[in-house]
Amino acid sequence: MHTKRINTPLDHRQIAGLRSGEEVLLSGVIYTARDQAHKRLAEQIKKRVKLPFVLKGQAIYYCGPTKTPKGKAIGSCGPTTSKRMDEFTPALLKHGLKGMIGKGSRDKEVVAAIKKNKAVYFLAFAGCGALVSKYVKSARPIAYKELGPEAIYELKVKDLPLIVGIDSKGKDVFEKYKHQYKTI
Amino acid sequence: MRIIKAEKIKNAVAQLCLKANFSLRPDVLSALKSARAGEKNKRAKSILAAIIENARIAKKERLAICQDTGLPTVFLEVGQDVLIRGELKSAINKGIEEGYKRGYLRNSIVPDPLLRFGPGYSPVVIHTDIVKGKRIKITVLPKGFGCENKTQLKMFNPTANTEEIKRFVIETVKSAGPDACPPYIVGVGIGATADYAVLLAKKSLLKTIGHRPSTIDPLTAKLLKEINKLNIGPMGLGGRATALAVNIEKYPTHIAGLPVAVSISCHALRSASVLL
Repeated sequence: MHTKRINTPLDHRQIAGLRSGEEVLLSGVIYTARDQAHKRLAEQIKKRVKLPFVLKGQAIYYCGPTKTPKGKAIGSCGPTTSKRMDEFTPALLKHGLKGMIGKGSRDKEVVAAIKKNKAVYFLAFAGCGALVSKYVKSARPIAYKELGPEAIYELKVKDLPLIVGIDSKGKDVFEKYKHQYKTI
Repeated sequence: MRIIKAEKIKNAVAQLCLKANFSLRPDVLSALKSARAGEKNKRAKSILAAIIENARIAKKERLAICQDTGLPTVFLEVGQDVLIRGELKSAINKGIEEGYKRGYLRNSIVPDPLLRFGPGYSPVVIHTDIVKGKRIKITVLPKGFGCENKTQLKMFNPTANTEEIKRFVIETVKSAGPDACPPYIVGVGIGATADYAVLLAKKSLLKTIGHRPSTIDPLTAKLLKEINKLNIGPMGLGGRATALAVNIEKYPTHIAGLPVAVSISCHALRSASVLL
């Protein structure tokens, strides 16, 4: 079976067919945003200020890359823990965000918001920043540059290998292990 | 009395930053390879292969193994017969800055934890031990924060049994679940005071992993076995390899208490040492 190829911007047709657990290769433009960028985006949505990029149909990558070595498109750039973005995610989805890329599980509210807005959450190879950098063709900061690695970068990726974590029907790949993750 | 110049310490620290961030520790790499060989779950096997490939690319191309190059923790063992010429703390911070800049590593440190503005490379966290002799041992541990956030401390009653301690360690691994880049290396600090137990847990991550089960203590072996039954696996997508190792450090403690701390490391456990 061939691995499915998908492209950004994401549309309903591409997303509807994806199933949790499935492997895909993603190409096109994605935007990095992590903690501080999420806080700012959520604030700007609340204040109805124009966002630094149009969220509709786009995918956000939870990533803060290292500095870019000479001669490379980007430095090490693996995913960061998605859970920390959970409190800001439903507002972004409501605003048209279609895809998220990160590592690890999400909370119930995010799963519900993904289902409601027919979006998708992908997992990238966790702790493999050097490997992931091979699929990034270009990178440039487009907003919040003063945040350094937490700025929003526009990345062009080619065939970035991902696993569908939560599909548009709200099916969560981590669901079957959830009973084991009791809190202390 | 032996004189060591601060400049020499600075240069050594800069080198250690590059070594730790580009070359995965040989013991960790070989534990990953044995985990891949012992894994029956097909997806887990292929994720472990990607992790091993990542380490290969990082070393070959001098790229950071992980973009989270940590809030570096520096462990010093300073011989009491050493005289340091120059300023030790600033030499270490300058060495970190130099190494991190040279290696295009990440500036992840915000000067104010509440204002969170203007990330830089230092100051780092330094733990110093004064020991016998006339040498200095320097270790750099660039531990990422995805796993640092999963650290737990529990003050047990002195009458608690090992079963309760075991349960606490396992629950800590479960609560980290798929989020902190499993397979983990689980560091456990038992005894001393609250603060020191957390330090012991972190320090235990510096111990070489992958010893034969027969040479490790029974608690370590039992914990590893039970953790690897949790089926969290690489990336949390199932599999046998939830932890590559459990390391325990103990210290005498008070009659009224039993502190236990757990410091979890992601699979990219990076550290490098030098003896000056």
